[in-house]
Amino acid sequence: MLYDLVLAPFADFGFMRRALVGVIALALGAGPIGIFLMLRRMSLMGDAMAHAILPGAAIGYLLGGLSLGFMTAGGLVAGFAVALLAGALARVTVLREDATLASFYLLSLAGGVVLLSVKGSNLDLLHVLFGSVLALDDATLVLLVSASSISLIVLALIFRPLVLECVDPVFLASVNGHGGRVHLMFLGLLTLNLVAGFHALGTLLAVGLMMLPAVAARFWCRGIGTLIVTATGIGMLSGLIGILLSYHSGLPTGPSIILTAGVFYAGSILFGPQGGLLLSLFPRSHLRG
Amino acid sequence: MGKTSIRFHDLTLGYDRHPAVHHLDGSIEQGSMTAIVGPNGGGKSTLLKAIAGALTPLDGRIETHQRLAWLPQSADIDRSFPITVFDLVAMGLIPSRGLLGRIGRKDSAAIEHALDAVGLNGFEDRIIGTLSGGQMQRILFARLLLQDAPILLLDEPLTALDSATATDLVALISQWHAQGRTILAVLHDMDLVARIFPHTLLLAREPIAWGKTSDVLTPAHLQAARQMVEAYDPFADYCARVA
Repeated sequence: MLYDLVLAPFADFGFMRRALVGVIALALGAGPIGIFLMLRRMSLMGDAMAHAILPGAAIGYLLGGLSLGFMTAGGLVAGFAVALLAGALARVTVLREDATLASFYLLSLAGGVVLLSVKGSNLDLLHVLFGSVLALDDATLVLLVSASSISLIVLALIFRPLVLECVDPVFLASVNGHGGRVHLMFLGLLTLNLVAGFHALGTLLAVGLMMLPAVAARFWCRGIGTLIVTATGIGMLSGLIGILLSYHSGLPTGPSIILTAGVFYAGSILFGPQGGLLLSLFPRSHLRG
Repeated sequence: MGKTSIRFHDLTLGYDRHPAVHHLDGSIEQGSMTAIVGPNGGGKSTLLKAIAGALTPLDGRIETHQRLAWLPQSADIDRSFPITVFDLVAMGLIPSRGLLGRIGRKDSAAIEHALDAVGLNGFEDRIIGTLSGGQMQRILFARLLLQDAPILLLDEPLTALDSATATDLVALISQWHAQGRTILAVLHDMDLVARIFPHTLLLAREPIAWGKTSDVLTPAHLQAARQMVEAYDPFADYCARVA
């Protein structure tokens, strides 16, 4: 029974195994990045950048068709360009960064869909917007796994300055002049993970595997290390359960994964020991000291 | 003694071309302990910021001959970030260990020792969001201890602290002075300045008086300082006093 439900789909079908490897790789990179986005109050920035990838991927598509290389390169360039441009505009104009990002992402979404419609069919558009977890080929899998490996290695290297840049940027600048560079590297990793996520989950949902586990984890623990581990775990579980859900029920896979993460999120809001709703409804009596 | 630690050359500091500190000349000796006092808006924090290198002078320049540590006013710390006291204090090791250096057993012991020195033994694993304002300030002093810098710039280090905390931190400052470090502190408590600080710079956009504390803190000087902080003039002319 449990075998039929959980193991058989993976034992029987190669595309299920690929999907599982893909989402686990995605969750590994997205977990820590989501936590940093949340702690830096950049949750919406991730969303905006995910949309910004669309026109880049669309131009790649116009040039090379549904080609992994072209669409990845286009997405990377567009995502990083928008992040830099939004940051720069926020510095030189009166608009704050969030307003600039909101404008950018609306324009990117509209522009991307228009670009795709020039050459593509509706099927291609759906593929780009919502991804195709169940159709990951070898090359795409290698891309996903490389992206998460690079992310983890770079994050390990810049972990201290990144944390310091969040907590006390003035101090970092006063002892070490590399604060700005750390932020740029983080934006680069964010783009890389979003582009990887876009192949599996599409531009619209790629950021879901980043933000939902991160926000859910906040209700369970406090330290940055445990937050990252918890978020990654929730991301992996959401991937596994989402794929199975989609397999057994015939629902679209990407949305199933994100909805599963949503269930974790809702459960965490309710039952989480760190500020969850139930605890605040039934507060335990205070301690003696 | 007698060697210069920091020297100002016709220094003018400000924001958006409007000066906050005007034509400051002079030097600070190694191992000296100087209080910077003056009215709000007199340029005290701006001066420390510039010495720390976080603000480019409009005119003139600053020479510093030693490594320095800077504690900004109400440090710009994200208190909601889930980091432990231990990790925050450990950041004081960055100047000596670098951003990637390993924190070994000796360093851990140094961190424990610094926490002991500020009276927060046992707080290592607390998340900084759970600390009070006074405890936070003690933590930042512990971090300063680890930075182990020969020059210390302290911007209103005692503001909004209870007397017990203030007394402890003043004792630390005196101890640093006794170790031969150069100390520059922005303060508002004139009694404390008179009691502890040998030298004082009275700053109200321009240096009103600078020297031995007893010579600086005279009623006439303080009165002059109060009058010097003119209102911000959006149509200010070019400054004619070019050296």
